[in-house]
Amino acid sequence: MNRQPLVVRWVKGFAMFWWDFLVGDTPELFVAALVTLGAISLISVSGHENAAAVVVLPALATASLTVSVQRARRVARRERQ
Amino acid sequence: MVEALTIVLAVGQTRGWRSALEGTGAALMVLAALVAAFGPALVHVPINVLRLVVGAVLLIFGMQWLRKAILRAGGLKARHDEDEAYREAVKILEASGDAPNRDRVAFVMAFKGVFLEGLEVVIAVLTLGTSAHRLGLAVVVAGVAVVTVGVTGIAVARQLSRVPENAMKMGVGVMLVSFGTFWSGEGLHVKWPGNDVMLLVFVALYLVVTWALVGLVRRDAPRVPREVAA
Repeated sequence: MNRQPLVVRWVKGFAMFWWDFLVGDTPELFVAALVTLGAISLISVSGHENAAAVVVLPALATASLTVSVQRARRVARRERQ
Repeated sequence: MVEALTIVLAVGQTRGWRSALEGTGAALMVLAALVAAFGPALVHVPINVLRLVVGAVLLIFGMQWLRKAILRAGGLKARHDEDEAYREAVKILEASGDAPNRDRVAFVMAFKGVFLEGLEVVIAVLTLGTSAHRLGLAVVVAGVAVVTVGVTGIAVARQLSRVPENAMKMGVGVMLVSFGTFWSGEGLHVKWPGNDVMLLVFVALYLVVTWALVGLVRRDAPRVPREVAA
């Protein structure tokens, strides 16, 4: 029987939902998105390099997706061996 | 939403429709209350902060969706089998004994299925709707989608596996990543050339990337002999 107060259980459940929603089984995508936005913040807000930001943001998003898919391919290959 | 419908159909046909529909109704009311409570409040957040947060959430969520859809289309991940999900739900329900007149198990199962699946939709509706200052329109369109899925579910009942779910998810994933890129950039003061037209460029870019990655993944997928595939 769970003896934790209802509020604690609700807060824990809420935190777990967001963790699953944003991190889940692909932590690399979560980290990559944060790194991407950090880099764009430096380029655009601090560096005022708009042209570079226009190219770098979609390029980093594409690279993140590619790296994550490649990781899944490696895991699948290892499981097959 | 298709997953939620599968659960409700399984609950209704196994334990009776009364508790299944009560659970579904309760979940839809809680979801509607969430939209009503948080939707108007989000309008008061500074637009650049909202765009950055919404863009980041959409970017992460969209990349997760797209990744799963790519792995499914490439054959590295099993396609979501609604018939299997239906059989699984029926098995759980049958194991929990005879259904009484008011069935707590059926209510909870229908509520959980609709609420958890619906919560993702609510987040997408709130974030997309408030960022574009079109919350009302987003809610109406989401409502139409819910009704469409419900009507389709009644019409096709247990043949849900024929719905091309992965293609739909791939399309949604491309849209989410495109909007995520666009809004997170705007939140960080990036001035997109051509303004909103850039969204179309992103959709085209991510479609090409998706197509290329599906091709890459297909090279690894285990080959199925012709007679088995047919």
